[in-house]
Amino acid sequence: MNDFAGSGIACRRGERLVFANLDFHIAAGRLLTLVGPNGSGKSSLLRLMAALAEPEAGVITWSATPIADDPDAHRARLHYVGHLDAVKPILTVAENLRFHAALRGTAPDDGRLAAALDAFGLAPLADLPGRFLSQGQRRRTALARLLVSPAPLWLLDEPTLGLDADAQTRLAEILKRHLAAGGLAAVATHSPLGLGESTALELGRPR
Amino acid sequence: MTAFTAVIARDLRLAWRAPADSATVIAFFVLAVVLFPFGVGPEPQILARIAVGIIWVTALLACLLSLERLFQLEAEDGSLELIVLSPAPLELLVFGKCVAHWLTTGLPLIAVSPLLALLLNLHVDGYAALLLALALGTPTLSLIGAIGAGLTLGTRRGGALLPLLVLPLYIPVLIFGVAAVEAAVAGLPTRPHLLLLGGLLALGLPLAPIATASALRQATA
Amino acid sequence: MHRFANPARFLRLGAAIMPWSTGVAVLSLAAGLYFALFASPADYQQGESVRIMYVHVPAAWMALFIYTSLAATSAIALVWKHPLADLAAKAMAPVGAAFTALCLVTGSLWGQPMWGTWWVWDARLTSVLVLFFLYLGHIALNNAFDDPTRGARAAAVLAIVGVVNVPIIKFSVDWWNTLHQPASITRLAAPAIDPAMLRPLLLMAIGFTAYFVSILLLRIRTEILARKLRTLRYMQGAEAPAPAVAGERI
Repeated sequence: MNDFAGSGIACRRGERLVFANLDFHIAAGRLLTLVGPNGSGKSSLLRLMAALAEPEAGVITWSATPIADDPDAHRARLHYVGHLDAVKPILTVAENLRFHAALRGTAPDDGRLAAALDAFGLAPLADLPGRFLSQGQRRRTALARLLVSPAPLWLLDEPTLGLDADAQTRLAEILKRHLAAGGLAAVATHSPLGLGESTALELGRPR
Repeated sequence: MTAFTAVIARDLRLAWRAPADSATVIAFFVLAVVLFPFGVGPEPQILARIAVGIIWVTALLACLLSLERLFQLEAEDGSLELIVLSPAPLELLVFGKCVAHWLTTGLPLIAVSPLLALLLNLHVDGYAALLLALALGTPTLSLIGAIGAGLTLGTRRGGALLPLLVLPLYIPVLIFGVAAVEAAVAGLPTRPHLLLLGGLLALGLPLAPIATASALRQATA
Repeated sequence: MHRFANPARFLRLGAAIMPWSTGVAVLSLAAGLYFALFASPADYQQGESVRIMYVHVPAAWMALFIYTSLAATSAIALVWKHPLADLAAKAMAPVGAAFTALCLVTGSLWGQPMWGTWWVWDARLTSVLVLFFLYLGHIALNNAFDDPTRGARAAAVLAIVGVVNVPIIKFSVDWWNTLHQPASITRLAAPAIDPAMLRPLLLMAIGFTAYFVSILLLRIRTEILARKLRTLRYMQGAEAPAPAVAGERI
């Protein structure tokens, strides 16, 4: 069973200590929501979880093995959706998604692509260049990356930002399915995801 | 390998759909070369003497002009993070970016260089050497330039900083590139110079992507 | 709280070395200058202007020595992530640049009576000029980021790239020089040197090295204290009622 955990983590941005002595644990099929005020380190923690940055102190482990031991393997098992949508204005929605699937080493699969587009209501926009998309549509394209290539660990930074009610419901559905299939997720958010049960990690409180 | 070819294919597609980017670089190359006769006078002998130097120096500057955008746009729209997060080795993906950069700028530069050589009255014997030297030298320019483009990501004055970092490292390519053509014009063997250019490329191929990848990891950390 | 908060051991070590290195620097520079200016013969070809060599040549040695040290320090900083290595690299680059500039200026001053012109594209001088640009790029990159750690890391990569390129640049400039000046006899350092000339040369080199050690220790100490001050200020700010740990960057 997969299991993602961190203990005694400290994070430094520039010369500031954003947080220290932080522990988290995500079991298979579970969702961890990161809550806290602006600047409390939600995004920083997600970047540590993605191994984009290294923690100042502490270890992050996947099934009891430190992720720093094999960062390539860790990258292969995660999806990261950050603040930026990574949608190229010149490429169509489908081309953007195909590129990101290939970047993760997944061979192009039209069936999977169609399903991902459909899940986020993007099917009619598939051949539209990125520059014609609204902010919410770009966000949905970014989130559709989650479905074009499989990964057990999803790290989402404010995924609902700019999404309308319909898209938020779709995202909740997709997250539910991911968790039901034994996936793990860490989501930084200010608004409730509407998933019912989830563990919350509060940042920015003196510990 | 999927990721490597995907990076090249995507960059080529981007360049193909927005040809203005490459065209601007070529326009700069041609225009800057054309300025020289106004600066030094139109005497064919003088122009013929300095033709190679002008073409090479201007090619370096044109290459530099295009490098600023190599990772800048990727960083701005968030693609860079996803490239760094790809399970494929970052060095390989960086190499893919360099290949695409060379195909979209180095290759067009080579293509127009005979025309510019004609305008500058380069000796007939120099053309083949010029094309060969550019073919061997410009990939090195892309590779070294990528290091600078990666290192200056997120700086307060990236555009102004890039030439300061990269141009000193371009000097060997410039020296051997020009020497090859001058040797050809003088009827001397060009082989040693071309071999040295090839040597620089052989050194840059494995080493430059390592340095660039390290710079990109820092930039996204 | 902060990893620069207490590098006390380095400060103690530095304080112990500093008087010695400064003493050696003063003594050997004084002795070196005496021998260079008064107690050594004028060159039979170059006359009195040969005395510029006693500054020029050691300055060139220092320029290369410091760049190599910079690259070694950068490698340590990147591999072991030792914060002192970052500081040392940042502290030594401007010193190296200053020695490089000194070498260029003295070269130019020496060139005027010798060649009748302030600048000649001599292979050695040209290589030093390129080295000067490498130093400038390093310093500029180090200071171009809002986050000093990021600047130090980027500059460290550049220093290592630079040190790989230095021999290539040197070789290519020599190559270029022989192509264009086949009969060049413009050698600043004569191959066979009189012992009376060697003495001031070595004394100056020792003096420069000791001076470098002193100034490096001083600069690192200044930087440590400056960072300590920033950390204190930040902690004071953090104790204010504002959000406890706020802000991504300074």
